[in-house]
Amino acid sequence: MDVVLLSRLQFAVTVFFHFIFVPLTLGLSIMLAVMETMYVRTGDEMYKRMVKFWGKLFIINFTLGVVTGITLEFQFGTNWSRYSEYVGDIFGSLLAIEATAAFFLESTFLAVWWFGWEKVSKKMHCFAIWMVAFASNLSALWIIIANGFMQNPVGYVIRNGRAELDDFFAVITNPYSMGQYPHTVIASWMLAGFFVMGVSAWHLLRKNEEAFFKKSFKYGAAFALVFAVTVAISGHHQGNLVAKLQPAKLAAMESHWETMKGAPMNLLVMPDEANEKNAVEALGIPNVLSILAFNDPNAEVKGLKDFPKEDRPPVLITFLSFRVMVGLGTLFPLLAGLAWLWREKIQEKPWLLKSLIYTIPLPYLAIMFGWAVAEVGRQPWIVYGMMRTNDAVSPVPASSVLTSIIAFVVVYSLLGVLDIYLLRKYAQKGPKKA
Amino acid sequence: MFLETVWFMLWGLLWAIYFILDGFDLGMGTLMPFLAKNEKEKRTIYNAAAPFWDGNEVWLITAGGVTFAAFPKAYAVMFSALYAPLLMLLFALIFRAVSFEFRNKIESDAWRKLWDTFLFLGSFVPALLLGVAFANLFQGIPIDGDGVYHGNLIKLLNPYGLLGGVMFVLMFCLHGALWLAIKSSGELHERAMQMAARIWPYFMASAVAFLAATAVYTNLYHNYLAIPPLMGVIILAVVALFTTRLFISSGSTILAWASSAVTILSCTLFGVIGMYPALIPSNMDDLYHVTIYNAASSPLTLKIMLGVALTFVPVVIFYQAWVYKVFSFKITDKDLASDEAY
Repeated sequence: MDVVLLSRLQFAVTVFFHFIFVPLTLGLSIMLAVMETMYVRTGDEMYKRMVKFWGKLFIINFTLGVVTGITLEFQFGTNWSRYSEYVGDIFGSLLAIEATAAFFLESTFLAVWWFGWEKVSKKMHCFAIWMVAFASNLSALWIIIANGFMQNPVGYVIRNGRAELDDFFAVITNPYSMGQYPHTVIASWMLAGFFVMGVSAWHLLRKNEEAFFKKSFKYGAAFALVFAVTVAISGHHQGNLVAKLQPAKLAAMESHWETMKGAPMNLLVMPDEANEKNAVEALGIPNVLSILAFNDPNAEVKGLKDFPKEDRPPVLITFLSFRVMVGLGTLFPLLAGLAWLWREKIQEKPWLLKSLIYTIPLPYLAIMFGWAVAEVGRQPWIVYGMMRTNDAVSPVPASSVLTSIIAFVVVYSLLGVLDIYLLRKYAQKGPKKA
Repeated sequence: MFLETVWFMLWGLLWAIYFILDGFDLGMGTLMPFLAKNEKEKRTIYNAAAPFWDGNEVWLITAGGVTFAAFPKAYAVMFSALYAPLLMLLFALIFRAVSFEFRNKIESDAWRKLWDTFLFLGSFVPALLLGVAFANLFQGIPIDGDGVYHGNLIKLLNPYGLLGGVMFVLMFCLHGALWLAIKSSGELHERAMQMAARIWPYFMASAVAFLAATAVYTNLYHNYLAIPPLMGVIILAVVALFTTRLFISSGSTILAWASSAVTILSCTLFGVIGMYPALIPSNMDDLYHVTIYNAASSPLTLKIMLGVALTFVPVVIFYQAWVYKVFSFKITDKDLASDEAY
């Protein structure tokens, strides 16, 4: 097998595994900070118990997020050394800034928060969780700015045989990143809302600690509702940016082959990549694709056929991932809306409580598919329009990469199963008695 | 020229800080099977590292990140050349982290024993590999003009590389035993101090052997012979090594630990200064060396990153120092009984 494919596979495995843990960290840290602020302000012990219970689930989740993040930093050097050499001037500095400005803050204050209940003042303790929440979301910002450079390279010149930094301000205000960041973090905050609702629903069905879980449920519902709506809005904005900056990705997302004005959106599509058409194409709604892409019913949307074959992303994966993400994305505001509407008498709606338990994995899936759209849709480029993925790989033997993928899959599967088992165990155990 | 040199020094300093900080928890994890006699003592060791190990490890991520930012070519060559050992290091660190997290979550002796084993391996293996990797960098690795590596894992395990690995393990164990002495009391404290005293002569022997072997296997002394005042670093290492022993005898745990930290700092700087201006010397041809000049980022990036480093690194040191102060107490039964203790 070839090194490029293996390295891509390895990166996909490790990045998706990392992304099981990160979104919950981003959202739950904020919820914990809000709960603890309520505790400091009201002195109500219920809030302290909430912070401790949800905090335990947070911590179990957090550790794997950290260690799997180191894997990703390593891989740019181990597997993508040609890439690292070519764009390190810009990309490397963004990762280094993430570590010095955000990651230290997060890890250090997490320890203060987790181990510091008896060691620092109440206010300092609350400050620590706000720092964790701030730093983890700041860390995401730097990572997405780095990713934004791969999606839409700006602020560089090609000099000395590589991309060199020319305008730092342009790099950190990359429009692509500025669209991707809210979409990603809001999705993560929404996920945390559904997580808290789902776990609370499980307990409410069993009538455990009803006051505790009803309160938690309301927090979850508020988070889920607000962010399920805003994630859709930010997603639309992101779609506009993709249409403008990465037209081939947009065409692949919709499996749109012919360039046309006033393009329709077809509800039923099955791409046929080999023959450059759709095997099935039905239920078209006129002009919708043009509106979604450019906010203009008559705008021209470029079709895949207008891109040379070697510049087209894999259509089927991009297309399906996008559909799944959007499909799930329409379900979330509905569920969260119902949960919020009935929050006071939620115990009378066991069917909704049950559905919310089974909803827990869905935001995770939506986020995974969203990343697949962003990253697979960027292919065949590692840096859009600048460097091809094929040219980015390290001069290492395929056998080394094969061995490491096998190791990653085995180790990560074991850790993933254990982690989910523990999350489940401690989620079901419920809070410590008052 | 100036910016590259400043970044080279910062690069060396970041590695030194990482070795000082993560060194003690890696050392403690390595010593756990030999120091802890019962469950309570094991838990004391876990909790002596608990509030620190994560923040300590970020220094590794930063050292890696800074290599990437300031010397992208060095990052690319080093990480792809040392593919196998780096991934072993990574898996070891993953298992160490999750052993902290998972150990106390299921009530079962076999379960705890499993994670104790992983804590040991996850501490010993990184200590050894970091030593092997740095010793190999000191003597040069087989890279060609395109930065392609022509060696393998077995070639890294040469006598000089292994000697470096052994020295690192002993250095970290000494450092870890002293940290445990600070954080524990009673019998465990006594045992930790005795252990530090027992490790000391072995560490000294390995350090002397390493200094001697360095003259045989590397060109590290060239810079010292060219600028003799630099020898101060070697003298500092020797002095700190002896004061460590002195403070162990007088029972001044914190001073002994601080001396050991200075030993690690000066040992790291010894190697780094000797390498200058090479980051990864090639033992195939002098022309193939990856140096701070052919590997550096653009002046603009170096300047911006310098601003970032000079702003944030002092801030990080400030709040981490505060955390060390908050958690520097001796661990008691009450601490072990808290909900959050491991």
